[in-house]
Order: sequence, then structure tokens, then C-alpha cells
Amino acid sequence: MQKLIKSIITIIFIFIIMIFYISLGKDNSYDTVNLVGKKLDSIEIQSFNNEKFVNTKSFKDNSFTLINFWASWCGPCRAEHPILMNLKESKSLILVGVNFKDKKKNAKNFLEDLGNPYGILLKDESGKKSINFGIYGIPESILLNKELVIIEKFVGPLVEEDYEKILEEIGEK
Amino acid sequence: MLSNLGNILLFSKVLLSLTIIYFSYQCIKSSREIIFKKIYQISLLQSTLVLGCFFTLIAAYVVSDFSLINVYQNSHTAKPLFYKISGTWGNHEGSLLLWIIILTLFSFLFLIYNNNHPKNYRLYTLIIQNILILGFLFFILFNSNPFLSLSPIPKEGLGLNPILQDPALAIHPPLLYLGFVGSSIYFSAAIASLITNYSEKSFAFSIKNWVLISWGFQTLGILVGSIWAYYELGWGGFWFWDPVENASLLPWFAMTALLHSLLVLEKRNLLYFWVIVLCLITFTLSVTGTFLVRSGILNSVHTFASDPSRGIYILSFLSVMIFGSLFLLLNKYRKENKLIYSNSKETFVLINNWFMMFYLLTVLVGTLYPIFTDVLTNNKISVGPPFYNTVILPVVVIFLFFMAIGPKAKWVKNRFDNLGYFALLLFLALVVNFSIIYFFKSSTILSNLVIISSLFLILSSFFDLVNSILKSRFDLARTISHISFGFLVLFIGLNHNFSIEKDFNMKVGEVKSFDNYEIQLQNLELKTYNNYKAIIGNLKIKNILLKEERTLNPEIRIYDNPETLTYEAAIKTNLIKDYYLTMSNIDRSEFYNIKFQKKPLMIWIWISVAMLVFGGFLRIFKNAKIN
Amino acid sequence: MKNNLFFLIFVIFFTSLSAQEKSMEKNKIFKNLRCLVCQGQSISDSNSDFAQTVKLVVNDLIEEGKTEEEIYSFMAEKYGDWIIYKPQLNRQNFMLWFLPYAFLIGGGLIIFYLIRKKREKT
Repeated sequence: MQKLIKSIITIIFIFIIMIFYISLGKDNSYDTVNLVGKKLDSIEIQSFNNEKFVNTKSFKDNSFTLINFWASWCGPCRAEHPILMNLKESKSLILVGVNFKDKKKNAKNFLEDLGNPYGILLKDESGKKSINFGIYGIPESILLNKELVIIEKFVGPLVEEDYEKILEEIGEK
Repeated sequence: MLSNLGNILLFSKVLLSLTIIYFSYQCIKSSREIIFKKIYQISLLQSTLVLGCFFTLIAAYVVSDFSLINVYQNSHTAKPLFYKISGTWGNHEGSLLLWIIILTLFSFLFLIYNNNHPKNYRLYTLIIQNILILGFLFFILFNSNPFLSLSPIPKEGLGLNPILQDPALAIHPPLLYLGFVGSSIYFSAAIASLITNYSEKSFAFSIKNWVLISWGFQTLGILVGSIWAYYELGWGGFWFWDPVENASLLPWFAMTALLHSLLVLEKRNLLYFWVIVLCLITFTLSVTGTFLVRSGILNSVHTFASDPSRGIYILSFLSVMIFGSLFLLLNKYRKENKLIYSNSKETFVLINNWFMMFYLLTVLVGTLYPIFTDVLTNNKISVGPPFYNTVILPVVVIFLFFMAIGPKAKWVKNRFDNLGYFALLLFLALVVNFSIIYFFKSSTILSNLVIISSLFLILSSFFDLVNSILKSRFDLARTISHISFGFLVLFIGLNHNFSIEKDFNMKVGEVKSFDNYEIQLQNLELKTYNNYKAIIGNLKIKNILLKEERTLNPEIRIYDNPETLTYEAAIKTNLIKDYYLTMSNIDRSEFYNIKFQKKPLMIWIWISVAMLVFGGFLRIFKNAKIN
Repeated sequence: MKNNLFFLIFVIFFTSLSAQEKSMEKNKIFKNLRCLVCQGQSISDSNSDFAQTVKLVVNDLIEEGKTEEEIYSFMAEKYGDWIIYKPQLNRQNFMLWFLPYAFLIGGGLIIFYLIRKKREKT
């Protein structure tokens, strides 16, 4: 009995120290990049140019959809813009831009200056709709497949690696 | 130059520790009953050197000697002198030097103040303590050396995070370290006691004051930290169940349990092994806490620049400590055969320990659980205030009742012939509680229970005080501490219950009103200071019912080096309540977010904790008198 | 006497509770949600952009008649379990909720056993 208790105590301590050791090698900062594989809810969101609403269900018509959240006041959005322009060229991917908490005039100027990569342009003036997409800071991008399942999430500006990754996912590489 | 001096001092400290260990070992083997004089001398020299080492680093900070990487990274010439000095221990490397100071000074003081205890017990304590010192010295030398030099020498330092430039934060770490690093001395003493089979009552006597001292400073350290968080972080709270806060709370629970069970060992020669276990876990938890904080595996408000290699070093050190002491303990353990009657003071002390262990383990599980889920299931979770409140609060209620009754029980065997008295107390507590609720409205069942139980403890301790003064046979220290703890819980309960919290988005000139209050953002001022710029809000708060008006000036500050944005709360404190106001700009708009909080009885929370500590120190003086 | 007292408790509880309920409920939810862009702050404590938006969304959800639990599930679905400060009771978090009480009961049993055994020996 005593021996059993002794070994249980020892094992518990070994276990805890093992866990500590493993966690040393892990990144402790949190982002939502790992939240993939879920189906996107049906969300109504207003179009950028008129009063009409677009439902996310309609993205079913595309083989792949990349929803990109951006604003003219956001510096990193400017940095990732060339990559979005490149992605525009791909055939099976539709780019959806959600203009986030922005002034319409500024947003328009932004697209005029740098080009408009978006096939569908939407807006979220209050930022409330973006909560439904699980967005917490822009730029963020979500890659959907035909079944509207989230297959990739990108928090922060898209970089060259992400570009390659997206091409790979949509089978254009 | 200072870099070389510091390194030489560090190396000579290593040699001195080794010498002490060697001579102590020789002395243990020798047949003489007294400790060699040279051991005292070397210990004194060691303490002097370590202080010298620390002053060398302070000097480097004062003269802004940027040839030291540590000074370069954490200081700046434009910083006020006071914060240059406090910056010394505001960073990882410098704070480790503070660790070593406390380890060394405590080992020297323990050696000279325990003349009447067996030679071998004292020497083994010295040896173990010096092994701990060596462990941390190696850590400093090989991993976290504050004396590393830099070339070419930069012209200017990187500066200290502005939210750390605060008087409370200057004294917070030294206090806290006196607490939990101080607990190392009874860790060493416990191991020495196991090795030498020194399990008499007098063992309890030898560590009693050290436990009280470390407990007192730990409590003060936590208090100052909370006050800092309240003033500086601008959320209006003072305790967030943040992992780093929890890390300081864990040893506190263990110390509090130890403090009480030592009484049993001292009076009845019981619970020896339990006391040893508590001694061991107090310091083990301190090192664990240090590991969690410094390795950066926890996500917390308090960010030390973290580095996995530090983590590995502390973890190895921790493992050696845990398995070494565990091995020794399991080998030496034998059953005690003494009587504990169910109705006796001993039982109540055990109950105290039972609750302390519950709090300790709950906080420990809550703190570590996210690490476990992350490693085992790759899922990151958060365990925050609502969890701890749900689990701990109901248990506090029961605890307070025991805390009120316990001190009345007699040693060995007790009979309660005063049940009527307790019923009366309970009735009084109920009456006071309901009058509070009746006059101020708003409550939940749990908060009622918390208030009732704390009132019960306060009343009971109060009558104790009156009674014992009449009989002139009183334990003032205990009564003060218990009554203060009651008040602490009571004030926290009331504060929590009757706080008002409102936030508005306002433009300059706008007025908002709610309840009996009216709040107006009158104007904004832009000022430039020595090392920051500030936007100062001018807000008027009117209490319509009482017809009183106050002006509060929260600030948004932009610091220069390093460039940081901070929000300074405006706080108006008086004996009844605090007004707490913060202001922040809303990006890309002319609105400001104004958060108004009324926090009743805030200052009394601080006072209660200070009184709690006062009780502890009073006991030390009393003990000193008896000796 | 006793009955009167209980009656008094009841009246006080329910009159005060119903009035305060809604704003308390809201605050409780804000306090239980973590601000993802801050260092260890809750949505209630933070004045960041993100926190402001989450407050608006939670208000909307309450208006829609969603219960507290439904709101937590909604947020956890979008942002992961990380966003909730009080982990929900499920298989993964079972030990978190179970262990403290196990310690409480276990500790009580040990003390009971200690005292009882000692008594038998006399």
C-alpha cells in the first residue's frame, strides 16, 4: 500500500515535469489560425456599392472563395495588396473583399490607387458582421471550398508563402 | 570596468559557497560541539560580497553605463534617478541578483540566530542553502548574467516600459522576493531536519519566525502589487487571477497553512511530517512560479522577456529539488502515534490546513490546466476570474465560520458550552447583513452568505478581543489578523456588490446622466512632459442627490522611449468610496470612451491587508520577547 | 420570528434581483469573454476596438433572446475556447472542475480518518 502511494506520487511529479518540458517548445501566443474545418454560417452582409445584401450561401457557386477583410486605414492591408492582385488571376478562386469599419470615400480611393482585386465587394461599417466570421483584427483572410467549409485562415497580412499555400489548396500549382 | 568587477564578485561568490559547504562538512565530521569560527566569517564575507555585487549593478544603472547589455536594454539617460535604481531589479537578470541576496542573507542570519539548536542541524541547513545559492549563481553566470558587456558601447539605452515606472512597482519585487525566496530557509531547514532526525518541538521553534517573516512580506508584496494593478492598469480591478498573480498566491497559501500547523508542532509535538511537507512545498511552489513566469509558457499581463533556455535551466533545477526532497521524505517517513481529539484546537488547525490546501490546489489546477490541454489536446483554453469565483467563493463562506470558532477551542480536548453565544453572533451578523442589503439594495444569495460569514468572524473576533482584554490574557496578534481577514473579505464583498460601472462614448462638451450621476467631458488639454506627451481630459461628475461635484482628469499618455501608449486612470479616493475614471480614444473618430466606476470602501481593502500583516509582525515581536 | 425573517429575505431578494438582472447579466457575460487583442483583459475591462464591437454583438444577441450559454457557444465557435474565461464543463475540462472538489472531499476524509483512528486507540 505504502509503496503504491509512493510510486503514484512520483509518477504524478514526473508527468507534470514532462508536460512542462514539452510546453517549453510550444508557442504560447493565441490566434485563430487553427480554427479550420468548420462550415461557415449563413451570414447576410451588405454590398459595398448599393443597399443590397449578399448571403454567404451564394459563395457555393464558386469552387473556392477567399474572403479578405481590409480597410484603407490599415497599413498591412496595403502591404498584402499585391498578393491579392496576383490571386485575382487564378480561375477557380473568387475574391470577396469585406471593407471593415471604413469611410466609403477612402476605401474607393484605396482601390483606385492600388487596383481592385475583388470579384465581390462587401462592407461592414460597424464591424459587427465580422464577429460572425471570427475576425478580431484586420487584415484577415478566410479560404472556403465549395461546401463553404473553412480550409485555411490567415491572420495578419498575406505573404508570399501564403500565396503559394492558397494556390496549392485550390489545385493551381 | 563595472562589468569586470561584477563578474569577479560573482565568481568569488561561487568559490565562497563551495568553501562554506566544504568547511561545514568538515565541521559535521569533527567531534567538536561548536561550529568553526571561520564558517561564520566566510558567511559574513559572502553576504558582504553579494551586496557589493548588487551595488555594482545599481551603480552601473545610476551612471547609465551602457557597456552592460542589461543596462542598455532596460535603462535610459532621461529616466528619473529613482527609476534608474529601481530598474535594476525590474528585469530578469537583475531580479535574480536580488534572489541571491535574499538566499545569502537569510542563510547567514539563520546561522547566527539559532545558537541553541544542534550543530549538525544548523550546518546541514547551511549546506542545503548554499547548494540553492550555487544553483542560482550558475543560472546567473551561464544564462542570465547582468554583467555581460557590449561593444561598441551604445550612446543611449532602450528605456524601461513606462507602466513599470511607478513607485509601487519599485518596491513590489523586493517585498515579494523577501517572501517567497525567504521561504528557501525553511526548505533547507526542513531537509536538514530530515537528515539529522531533528524532529523535536524546538525544530518548530527554530523556523517559526522565519515563516512569519516570509509570510508577512509575501502578503505585503501581494498587497503592493494589487495596489499597483488598481492604479496603473486602469481596469478598476485589483485582482485578476492572472497566472503570475496566482504564482505569488500559491506559496502564500502554503505559508499560511504552515504558520498554523507549526503551532500544533510547537505545542503538542504533532504533525511533524506534515509541517515538513509544507516547508518543502512552499519553496518548491516559489520556484515553480518562477519557472512559469520566466520561461514564458504562460500567457499573462506580466511579461518578462521570455526565453526557453531559461525555462530548461529552472525546470532542471526544480526537478532536482522535487525528486531530491521527495526521495528523502519518503525514506524518512514514519507514522506518528499521538492523540488528536476530534474536538480540539488541533482539529481546527487541521481544518485551516484543509481549506488552505483546497485553495492552493484549486488555484494550481486552474493555472496549470491550460498548459495541460495545450500539450495533450492541442486546444488552448482560458481559466479566468469567473472560474475561481465559482469554485472558491462558496468554500470561503464555510471557512470563515471555522475561522471564527477555531481560536476558541482548547488544546488537546475541548468542549463547546457556548453554542448559544455563537447563535447570538450569527443572529447579529444576519441583522447587520440585511440592514446593509435593505439600505443599498442589490445582492445575490452568495454575496449575502459571504457578508454574513465575514461579519460572523469579525463579531466573534471582536468579542474575543474585549473578553481577553478584560481577563488580560490575550493573543492580540492572532485576534488582529483574524479580524482583519474578516474585514478583508467583508470589504471585498461589499465593494464587489455595490460597485457601479458605466461606459460611454462621448464627444467634447457632451453630458451623459445615469442613476443619480451626471458626467460631462468639458475639454481636453495637450501637455508635453519630460519623457511623455499627455492628452488630459477634464471631466465633471455631479452627484445629483448629494449635490456634490468633482473634477477628474484621466490621461492618455504617449511615452518616448520606448514609444508606448498608456491610459492613466483618474482616481478620487475617500474613506467611503473611490471614483475611478478612465478615458481612451476611439480610433478614427472624435469620440472618447469614458469608463466611470464607483468603488465603495476601496481603501479599506488595503487597510485590512496591512492590518493582517501587522498582526503577523506583532507575533514576531512577541516571540522575540519570549526568547 | 423565524418565518418573518425568511419572508423578509425573499422579498428583498426578488425585488432587487429583477431590477438589476439585465445589466448584471450583460456585465457578467462581458467579464467572461476574453479580449483577444489585449494582454489578459476581459471584454468588460478593455476599451479596444475589438472589445467595443464584441459588446455590440453581445447586446444584439441578448436582444434576439439568446441565453447566456448560447452566447458563449456562439463566441467559442467563432474564436475557439480561448475566448471564454470560465471553461465550459465538457470532457476536456472535466478534470478542471472535478479536481478541486475531489481535493476538498479527499482532504475532509483524511482529517476525519486521522481523528477517528486516534480516538479508537484511546
